[in-house]
Order: sequence, then C-alpha cells, then structure tokens
Amino acid sequence: MARDAVLQVAGLQTHFFTFGGTRVVRAVDGVDFTLREGETLGLVGESGSGKTTTCLSIVGLLPRAARIVGGAVVFEGEDLTRKSQRELRRIRGRRIAVILQDPMASLNPLFTIFRQVAEPAFFHQRLRGRSLRERVQSLLRAVRIPSPEWRMREYPHQMSGGMRQRIVGAIALAGGPRLVIADEPTTNLDVTIQAQYLDLLKDIQRDTGVALIFVTHNLGIVAKMCDRVAVMYAGKIVEQAAVRELFDAPKHPYTRALLGSMPKLGSKEPLYSIRGQPPNLANLPPGCSFHPRCPDVMPRCMTEEPRDFRPGDGSVARCWLLGDVLARP
Amino acid sequence: MATIPANTRLAAERTWTGRLAALVKAAREAPLAVVVILGGLILVAALADLIAPYDPTLPVKGAEIFAPPFWMEGGSLATPLGTDFQGRDILSRLIYGARVSLIVGLMGTLVAGGIGTALGIVSGYLGGWVDQIIMRVTDAWLALPAIVFAIFLAAMIGPSMWNIIVILGAVYWTRYARVIRGEVLSLRERDFVKLAEIAGASKLRVIKKHILPNVLNTATVLASLTVGVVIIAEASLSFLGVGVPPPQPAWGLMLSEARPTLMAGQWWLTVFPGACILLIVLATQLFGDWLRVRLDPQTRNL
Amino acid sequence: MSSPVLEVRALTKHFPVRRTLLGGPARLVKAVDGIDLAIGAGETLGLIGESGCGKTTTSKLILRQETPTSGTIRFEGRDIASLKGADLMAYRRAVQVVFQDPFSSLSPRMRVGDIIAEPLEIHTDLPHAAIEERVGRVLELVGLAPDVAPLFPHEFSGGQRQRIAIARALATDTRLIVLDEPVSALDVSVRAQIINQLEALQKKLGVSYLFIGHDLATVAHISHRIAVMYLGKIVETAQSDALCARPMHPYTQALFAAALPSHPDDRAPDKPITGEVPSALSLPSGCRFHPRCPSAMPVCSQTEPALRRREGGGEVACHLYP
Repeated sequence: MARDAVLQVAGLQTHFFTFGGTRVVRAVDGVDFTLREGETLGLVGESGSGKTTTCLSIVGLLPRAARIVGGAVVFEGEDLTRKSQRELRRIRGRRIAVILQDPMASLNPLFTIFRQVAEPAFFHQRLRGRSLRERVQSLLRAVRIPSPEWRMREYPHQMSGGMRQRIVGAIALAGGPRLVIADEPTTNLDVTIQAQYLDLLKDIQRDTGVALIFVTHNLGIVAKMCDRVAVMYAGKIVEQAAVRELFDAPKHPYTRALLGSMPKLGSKEPLYSIRGQPPNLANLPPGCSFHPRCPDVMPRCMTEEPRDFRPGDGSVARCWLLGDVLARP
Repeated sequence: MATIPANTRLAAERTWTGRLAALVKAAREAPLAVVVILGGLILVAALADLIAPYDPTLPVKGAEIFAPPFWMEGGSLATPLGTDFQGRDILSRLIYGARVSLIVGLMGTLVAGGIGTALGIVSGYLGGWVDQIIMRVTDAWLALPAIVFAIFLAAMIGPSMWNIIVILGAVYWTRYARVIRGEVLSLRERDFVKLAEIAGASKLRVIKKHILPNVLNTATVLASLTVGVVIIAEASLSFLGVGVPPPQPAWGLMLSEARPTLMAGQWWLTVFPGACILLIVLATQLFGDWLRVRLDPQTRNL
Repeated sequence: MSSPVLEVRALTKHFPVRRTLLGGPARLVKAVDGIDLAIGAGETLGLIGESGCGKTTTSKLILRQETPTSGTIRFEGRDIASLKGADLMAYRRAVQVVFQDPFSSLSPRMRVGDIIAEPLEIHTDLPHAAIEERVGRVLELVGLAPDVAPLFPHEFSGGQRQRIAIARALATDTRLIVLDEPVSALDVSVRAQIINQLEALQKKLGVSYLFIGHDLATVAHISHRIAVMYLGKIVETAQSDALCARPMHPYTQALFAAALPSHPDDRAPDKPITGEVPSALSLPSGCRFHPRCPSAMPVCSQTEPALRRREGGGEVACHLYP
C-alpha cells in the first residue's frame, strides 16, 4: 500500500441480481483507484456508469439486489468488503462520511438541526450537555451557517436547499472523518449557492486534510474541485489522470467526447455530440463497451476488451488506441 | 438516425391473438395456487349445468335427508358431500352457488368500480364545487353502514340477482371514488397532462386520453380487492334472507338454512359453504395482491 | 427588431398569500414585477436566473396557464389575453412548450405516434393517414426513425424522450417554443445532441425559442440574446456574445463568477457572492439586489434603478450606470 494512502480500491466488482437472479447487471466491473490524504478524486460518469454503485460499495450501503462479488476496498489498512454490517456501522459516519444529492433524503424532517448534527458526536465521541452544544455550534460555524445558536433549534423544512446541504456537510464532518464521499451534492442547488458550497468544501478540506471523492457528471465541477479524475463508463474506469493532464491531453475517446460536448462560455462553436445512447448494462456489447459510439473505433475494439495502458505522464487509459503507440502495459 | 430498440413484443400487441397470447403468458406468472383456484371456480360456475350431478333445487330421489358426506357412516357416493334438510345434494348446490357468488361478485364490483371511478375522475379533475359536492355525497354515503343500507335497498326494490348486483354496486362505489380522486389529483399536476392542456385539448379529451388510462391500474387492483368484499356482502345478504331469492342456491343462503343444525351435528351443511366462501375470497385477495405488485413498475422486477 | 414574434410589456404577476387569521391585509408575492421582453422570428432568447427569479412564472404567463396581474403579452401583434375560441386555439397551435423532465412529459400509456399526433388531432381535421405521415416526417426532423411511432415512452432513453417532446412541439406549424430547462435532466453526452438538434431545427424551420435555463454556458451557447432575471425583475439584457464579453450588472457578474470553469487553470480567483436570494415576500427596498451587491451605494437602498441602454443592443438596470 502506498504511503499515506487513505483508500485503495482494487478490482472492485459489484453486480445486481434481478428477476430472481436470472438477470445479472455488472454495475461495477473491475474498478481500481487509490486516494491519498487531502486529495480530491473526481469520479465522473453519466447515469449507469457505476459511479454511485462504486461509492455505495465502499461504505457497504448497497441495495438489496446488489452484492460485491470481487475485489477489495482497503481503508486504513482494513478490507471493508470483508466486514460485517455491524463493523461497518462503526466506520460509517465516523471515519467515512457520505453526502448525498438530496439533502432532504439525509435529514429527518421530524428532528431539530441540533439533534441531527449532535448525533455523531453523541454516539461516537460521547459528548454531552454543554460540550455537545458547543461542538454543534462550532460545526455549524465551520459550514458557515449564520447565527448557529438559534438556527440549531429549527427544523430542516425551515431552511433553504443550500443551507440544508451545508448542514448535511456538518453532520458528515461531525465524526471527524478521514474520507468524505460526496455524490452529486450540488445538482439541486442554484448556481451561486453551488459556488459557495464548493468553495466551502475546498476550505474545509484544506483545514482538515480530509480525502474527498466527488462523484459528478459535470466536468466543470471536476475542473474546479479535483486533483485527480477517474472517468467511468459501463462499470469500468476508462481513464484516470491528474486533472490537468485530463483536460489538456485526454487519452480515451469518451473523455475527449465529454470534454468536447461541454459548452464553453463565450464560444459558439458547435458542440461535439456523441452518437448513440448510454449503454444498457444488462446487455453490453462485446469487446470495448464504448465501441458502438466511438469515433475512432477499430476492428479490434469490437471483439477484445481493452486493458489499461500507461502513456507515461501518470495517466491510465483503457483503450486500444494506446496499444499501438506503447508496447509496455 | 437513432437506433430503434428492437422489440417484437410491440408488434404482437397490435393483434387480437397477440394480446391473448400475452394474457396467457402473464397468467403463467401468477402464483399457481391462485390461478388454479380462481380458474377452477370460474370453470365450475360456467359449466355448472354440465358437472352438477343433480338439480340443486330438488331433493335427490332415493336419498335421505341430512345424509353425511361419503366418507362418514351413512353417507354415499351418490351424494358425496351430503344432503340438506330437504334432501338436496350439497355438492350440486355448492356448484350452482359458485355461479351466484362469482356473477354477483364480479358484476357488483364492475358496477361499483364504474360509478366510483367515473365520480372520482370527475371530482379530481374538475375540482371546484363539483369536487365539493361529490365528496360530501361520498362522505354521507360512507356514513351509512354498508350491509344495513344494502338490506334497506333490497327490501325497497325487491330481491333478484340483478337487483342485488345494482344494490351492491350502489353501496360499494365510495372507496373507489376516494382512491381514484386522490390519484387523479396527483396526475393532474403531471407534466404530460399540463402539456395536453397547453396544446389546447378539451377537458373531455384529457380525461379520456390521459387520465383514464393512467388510473386503470389502480382501479383494477382496487377491483380485485373489492370482489372479495362484495362476495361476502352477497353472502351476508343471502344469509339474512334478502339476497338472491330461493330456490336459487347461494352459499350464504345455505349457511342461513343450516343455522338450526349447527348444534345438532350436521357440520357438513355449514362447513362446506363456509369453506367455499373462504376459498373464493382468499383467492381473489391473493390475486389482487399479486396484481398490485406486478402492475407497479417499482416492485414488479424484484 | 422588426415585428417581434412575441412582445411582453410591463408584465406583472402578483400572488396573494393568505391573510393572517386576524384579517390583516393579504401579502403579495411579486413573482414577476414589470418585465419587458421581445423575441424575433427565428431567434432564441435565453432567460437566466436562480430560484425565485420569476422565470417559471413568466413562462406560465406566456403559455396562458396563468393570467397576468397587469401588463400585456403580444403574439404576432395580438394581445393574447383577449384571445377566445378559434383565435385561442390558433395561439395554442403556434406556441408550444418542452419541459425539463423527460420522464413525466410523455403520457406513459400512449404510443409515441399518438402523443405526437395529439396537437394535430386537436387542431386540424386531417385524415388519419395524413396525420400519420406528418408524424413520421416530424420524427425524422428530430433524428428518430418514423417506425418508432407504435412504441411506448418507457422504451426510450431520456434523450430520446426529449426528442419526442420536441417533435410533439413541432407537430403543428409552431412559431414559438418555450423550452423550460430542456437539457438539465439529461446526461451530459446527450445534452450536446439535443442542443445541436434544437439549433439545426431553428435554422431549418425558422422557429423562435424562449430558452429558460440556469447553466450560463448552455444558455449563452444557444441564445442570440439573453435576459437576466432577479426577484421578478429583468436586471440586464444583451446579445449573447456582448453579455459574455462584458457583463455589467453586479448580479450578472456574480453569475459569471459562479459559473464552473472549463479548465482547471480557469479557477476563479474571486470569492462567490454571499448570502441567498431573499424571500419574495419581503423584498429589499430600492434595488432588489443591493443587500448582496459588492458595489452597493447609498442610493441603491432608496430607489430602484431603471433600465438604461447598454452596449451590445441591450439594457441594464443599475445605479452604477446612470
């Protein structure tokens, strides 16, 4: 394991079993990445790419029909896939925190803000009374909620979407986690609120050194927030690189297509549109899953699944186009 | 040009035979026991004339009254489930009784469903004072105890199979109206309804093309669950003597006639009709439950 | 512009909030408070703003789902509030809408061909065969094969459903389509397809668009002109490239600052603006943006600025530019 790596995912495979087990969907099919302290990894993909399932697999919150069928998730030296739900419960909320897209899904409408933000500190750190109150207030201040003393007596429905998402952030930080997984937390927020929230996340990360996995489909967020990026398609990581390398020299045709399809402020150039539809995970094409939509498809792509290639600038891409240029795997 | 999802199922749906084949295939997915029981009962009721050994209204020649079922002492295979106080064959009466229960159950549910769904849609979609009036009427109707009301109506217009069907329909429409109205209220806000309105569709058109097809699922599930209730109501009315008039056999009537014998030991006169009522209601409830799970896109694939 | 397709003047919509139990005066939510808009033939006007700015209410007013409290909306010169009967039907025929959510805009139990044919059935007496032919043609226009008509909506992906929704909007001879966040719910790779398709259709058919969105880059790309709304008022309008080159109103500048970069090196150095959009029930005095404005001056809390001409064929309402 690399020095000061917080999380190491190796060969993770998670499959969904529906229709009584007759239909298997390979939602996550061999995912590898490493995350270091203080680093932000962007997990980019569209619906069905497997990014959310990857995150749920890491924390053991998969739905009933899904199971991890292979690989390892090593967090702080221990393989989480081998742990029981009881053990995972002690880790979740304390060492690993999760922020979801819809804050109302994470907040209980019946309890006050105080009660919800206090919960992790109450259970994990056993704070009570005055020290608990102070901890809640300092957490709310850390996420820039104005007037926390009386805000904490309020209920979620009395707050705006942006504030709710920040409270979810406060709850996430309450346990003092080493890793935070944020799954599209700003999708439902207004643009200026989103900007405030992302800046807040960056500041918190700088102050606490927490490692962050940011799941998104928006490359703009990646450009703003991430140090490294992993692009997912049909359950596999097709390209992984440092953020600058990804934007300056994308290797995989899918990455190039995504970058080309982003409208850029002030430019009226026609957008590059990827032909075809997102893949049907229950019925993937043979060979490279992206080949039906790839503008640079070769005959080999239709029959053989590509393996990872490392062009030498620290990036990894799973594409036969790189196979001709380099001989070393 | 976008690729068309290959789907031959759709071609089949356009033809009559295709639809029938789809229905049979769907029936195969239902729990076996339920299909067997319901299918069996429907067949029995339909072919009653052919399979019932005797005329259910006449005493069997040569048989004793109160003959027990064939496996007990004194019973005979000629009257396998025994005879009643007039010497009529129980089995034949049960078979013909199935007809009554099924017809009244299904038709009564259809009438109730028809009235209730129509009122629910009108109330939910038009809103305003129409909604208020219909809902107050529903409330008032619900305040009346169902069976008592049914008895009252039966006494007023006189019992006969069709009268009973109409009466039960008139008594049980209220739960439809409420549920369908709720569904329509949420449907009304959906984008595709608004789009139709923006495109200039008349209210009638919106109801016919957009609202009605989308409440049919709920209405169907509700119907399958109501059939049991209606059958029990019919049995209750027959039990009280205001249901389908004798000599037409009905299971509830058989129970009523057998009341004096409960203590005397002729258990077959009550157990068999009671078991039949239990069986048909259980089967329809289970069917309704399965239908609900299957029709709901979220649960159907688990 | 010469005879705009749609012209909105001093459009206002106030929603009364219930009185207090003691019968105090009803409070008003001034959702739209005196706005002017104009869209020319074959042109796209982008409407951008955050929650509570009034863009949704504006689209409802244009689609006649709500009636204005005051002000006029003129379509091809005629006041739509006065339209009745056949004239109203003609309006409904010419002005259509595409909504954000592709999963609820199509009737789940209707075949796609019937969904698209519906406006034709409502507005024309065309025989069945003619309608079918037109449906086929319009499906081709949006990039789908005509033989998908017998299929049901759930057989299609989100992007394809939006195409179907666009096809329906084009079925009759539509002259204006209101597009309410049409690509926000779609996957990124599909968004570009739809935007390109919309632009191609506009070039081919000359149809006008009112494009409502929250993503500045997308709106700026597809629109010829952009109007920025805040709390019921239009604070700035300009041609798309002029606005991007020089946003003048502080709120517009805030939107640009908050926009996500397209490259890691473009990370904005300035902090985004603070605070949130205030409640529409208690509007700030004077200029509605002044509590959050980094350039606020004393006059801003006293008088509302009026719209003044700006470069690039637009207007801006700010005391910084008297």
